[in-house]
Amino acid sequence: MTALSRRAPAEDGIATPEFEAAHERQKRWRGFLMALPAYAYLLLFFAVPLGIVVVYSFGTRTRFGTTELSGWNLESYEKLGRDLVQQVLFRSIWLALLTTVICLVIAYPFAYYMATRSARVRNLMLVFVMIPFWTNFLVRNYAWYVILGTDGPFSRVAEFLGFGPTRLLFTQSAVVMGLVYGFLPFMILPLYAAIERIDGRLLEASRDLGATGYQSFRRVLLPLSMPGVIAGSILVFIPSLGAYVTPDILGGAKTTLLGSYIVTQFLSARDFPFGAALSTVLMALMLAATIVYFRRGGRTL
Amino acid sequence: MSTSAGITEPRGWFRRVLQANAWLVYAFFYLPIVLLVIYSFSDNRNVGVWGGATLDWYREFANDEPIKTALGNSLKIAAASTTVSVVLGTMAALALERYKFRGRGFFDALLYLPVIIPDVTMAVMMLLFFAEAAKILGFSRGFSTITLSHIAFSISFVSIVVRARLAGTDEKLEEAAMDLYASRWQAFRYVTLPTIMPGVLGGGLLALTLSLDDVVITQFVTGGGWNTLPVYVFGLIRKGVTPLINAVSVVMLVASTVLVGLSLLAQRIRGGEPV
Amino acid sequence: MPTTSRNLGRHRARWLLLLAVLALLASACGSDDDNGDAGGGNGGETASGCEVGETDGDLALYNWAEYIDPEHLDAFAAEFGISATMTTYESNETMLPTITAGNAGYDVIVPSDYMVGIMIDGGFIQKLDFDAIPNASNLSDDFRNPSYDPTQEYSLPYQWGYTGLAVNTAEVGTDFPRSWDVVFGDFANDYAGKITLLNDPRETLGAALKALGYSLNTTDQDELNQARDLVGAAKGNLLAFNTDSSDELLTSGESVIAHVYSGDAFTQFLETDDPSQYVFFVPEEGGTRWVDNMAIPFDAPHPCTAHTFINWLYDADQGAALSNWNYYGTPNKASIDLLDEELNEFLTSPDVLVGGPDSVESIADTGDFETNYADAFTEAKG
Repeated sequence: MTALSRRAPAEDGIATPEFEAAHERQKRWRGFLMALPAYAYLLLFFAVPLGIVVVYSFGTRTRFGTTELSGWNLESYEKLGRDLVQQVLFRSIWLALLTTVICLVIAYPFAYYMATRSARVRNLMLVFVMIPFWTNFLVRNYAWYVILGTDGPFSRVAEFLGFGPTRLLFTQSAVVMGLVYGFLPFMILPLYAAIERIDGRLLEASRDLGATGYQSFRRVLLPLSMPGVIAGSILVFIPSLGAYVTPDILGGAKTTLLGSYIVTQFLSARDFPFGAALSTVLMALMLAATIVYFRRGGRTL
Repeated sequence: MSTSAGITEPRGWFRRVLQANAWLVYAFFYLPIVLLVIYSFSDNRNVGVWGGATLDWYREFANDEPIKTALGNSLKIAAASTTVSVVLGTMAALALERYKFRGRGFFDALLYLPVIIPDVTMAVMMLLFFAEAAKILGFSRGFSTITLSHIAFSISFVSIVVRARLAGTDEKLEEAAMDLYASRWQAFRYVTLPTIMPGVLGGGLLALTLSLDDVVITQFVTGGGWNTLPVYVFGLIRKGVTPLINAVSVVMLVASTVLVGLSLLAQRIRGGEPV
Repeated sequence: MPTTSRNLGRHRARWLLLLAVLALLASACGSDDDNGDAGGGNGGETASGCEVGETDGDLALYNWAEYIDPEHLDAFAAEFGISATMTTYESNETMLPTITAGNAGYDVIVPSDYMVGIMIDGGFIQKLDFDAIPNASNLSDDFRNPSYDPTQEYSLPYQWGYTGLAVNTAEVGTDFPRSWDVVFGDFANDYAGKITLLNDPRETLGAALKALGYSLNTTDQDELNQARDLVGAAKGNLLAFNTDSSDELLTSGESVIAHVYSGDAFTQFLETDDPSQYVFFVPEEGGTRWVDNMAIPFDAPHPCTAHTFINWLYDADQGAALSNWNYYGTPNKASIDLLDEELNEFLTSPDVLVGGPDSVESIADTGDFETNYADAFTEAKG
């Protein structure tokens, strides 16, 4: 390193090409240093373990349910082509999409409203969104059990309104509702973070220039809040795709979803290679989709 | 705190719609919580059947050493993993949004993986990893392995939320501050940090929640004598949901609310300015 | 950009890549070793050579939740001047990997029958030193030399029970067949949407296999397919596949017929205003008798404490205290007379085991065929 690069640019103040280059270099170095702790952490405590899983996906299940790693093969990947796997996959994607869209529709106006309030109220609103989630998630799921059961408040209200007793428990609707409940904060947080920083004057300007409320939302607010929409959708879609406790509890485990299918492979079947192969492919697809989604979202800014 | 004018409150019917939506969202969030709190005082072993008011379940909780230990463990782990992941995750978000550096693309992808990975897969892989590492380093599983695993997934959630906040904010402000002879630290402390604070706060809350809720990963990486509350509750539920579990949840709710309240208060006192 | 900087950067990237690759390689090799251990078995052969009542450190118990009174555990610790801690699990399948990974730090674990077989085969539990467990002579003859541990060298039963059906007679009456037809036959159509089956591949397919007259440990694909179709056909009448709260769903009126574990059903009945309204039985075609066992992991840090704990629980008083707290059956014949009366009545009632003692089987590991069970259950659910 040259002596030049150690000096802060503000001290020099002269924008020579050499200085520009040194500044650039220094900036990269600083960025790298900032990323380093998390980078190193994730390499050691995530990438390396993940490597083990990928290695396992090429192994073979032994008679005892342990994994034989010598003699690499692709058998587990071949199993992915089964009809059963595809059925499970499509059903899960559909449910996860539905959950994401419902969350988005509920969370967007909520986050927008939050952003219009004073700083103190905003923080309070935020904390009050999170408080329910500091109870145990299993206990929350079982609370819904009571609410959605035949004798529960939901059924009572339906009866009162003349629909007759309605048991929502152990239906697909209960599963979607449970997922929406569980993942709504994951949508609200990034949306709020994105909307809160938008300059309100831009919206006012658009209205002053004759845009309707809808136009001003569609052309100004939505594009500016896109990073939040994207981050929120991903934080909701992906975990709902892998969720298994909520579908099992509220849906009565009557259909198999991807999350419980993977759990079955790792636990009941003790077929680590197949579980690992399923996870590896799922993650590769999701990662590709996520990156594409983010890049496209970034460009619309 | 915000450097640009915020969005002004809408008026008329639109405002009422937004308000109604907000109240409905809160009603949705708190309906099961209210029920949970009510039944924690119910004198019937089955949740959902009201048996008259009692404090027995809280008394039982107070005498139940395993549950109290598990609750303490959960709070310790959550506090440690939230603190570390907020710092690392925020730094990562800043680096990715503000700087170009080698390995950025790979890092970007690496940061998404913990969000994408199914719980059980992460659980199995962390177990295999710690088992291998223990052969070389000879540690036993427990507090450290649970906390390390929680940090591994929390960093990503924090950085995603902070990045959503950072994307598109103007870095010229910091440059201006430095032109005005603010040190790099001062520029960060008085310009950048206030700007991204809502993101950091949101990310931190998310990390805390994830840590307090995690069952699957924890039960694979735990070891001799180490139980967290969710793992214990998961086991209890096999024997049926009793109001004892509700009472525990209520205590957990109060404990974490106090924890967050105190940290917000501390921040306000230190920062001299409401966040 | 000056070339020096670019080189520097590239250098760094290469360095990192190298590190990552090295780390990956190291871990991959490590896993190979691990597999060697797993196959060969570290444990198995070592008998501890502990004295009766000897302790070599604190006890770390890895057990199902609410399976022992914490005060009971403390009493053991106090008696021997050590401390005892407990970590809980909720399925055999989550317990197994944590033990096989090694270095889990547990002294005593409580695997179910088929899991004992798996752990013996894999070398994950060690032989017990029966010289250090003189109280093992209290074991009932019924539980000696079980199929999963035929020479009774590795495990001693902890508690036991049946899997069968629980029926709300206020809704169904008392005049129904004591048969699996109640859930798999035409009879079930009258109670559509009021029936639950366990959400467990081996138990539920096992019930269907029994209903068809086969062994619940079959490794015949054709028999398994028939069972799968039977479960698939019954799905239309089901409220849910549920393991954790099937007993509560029954007593809350949400269901009227439930596939349940005997202990869960029994304790749940006692919570209601009128326990006699409910009956539990193992259908005449037979069902599961499950046995949870105490065993010592191959790398248990304190094997002598572990032996002492097992011996202590096989004392007549301690065995009775265990059952009177968790309300499951005791395998300890010296404890039977000390059990609560209602518990003893339930365990010995002839109405419970309709098909007689020979009709019940324990679930055994089926080796490679386990994946077929998992797949069949997924297919049955659709």
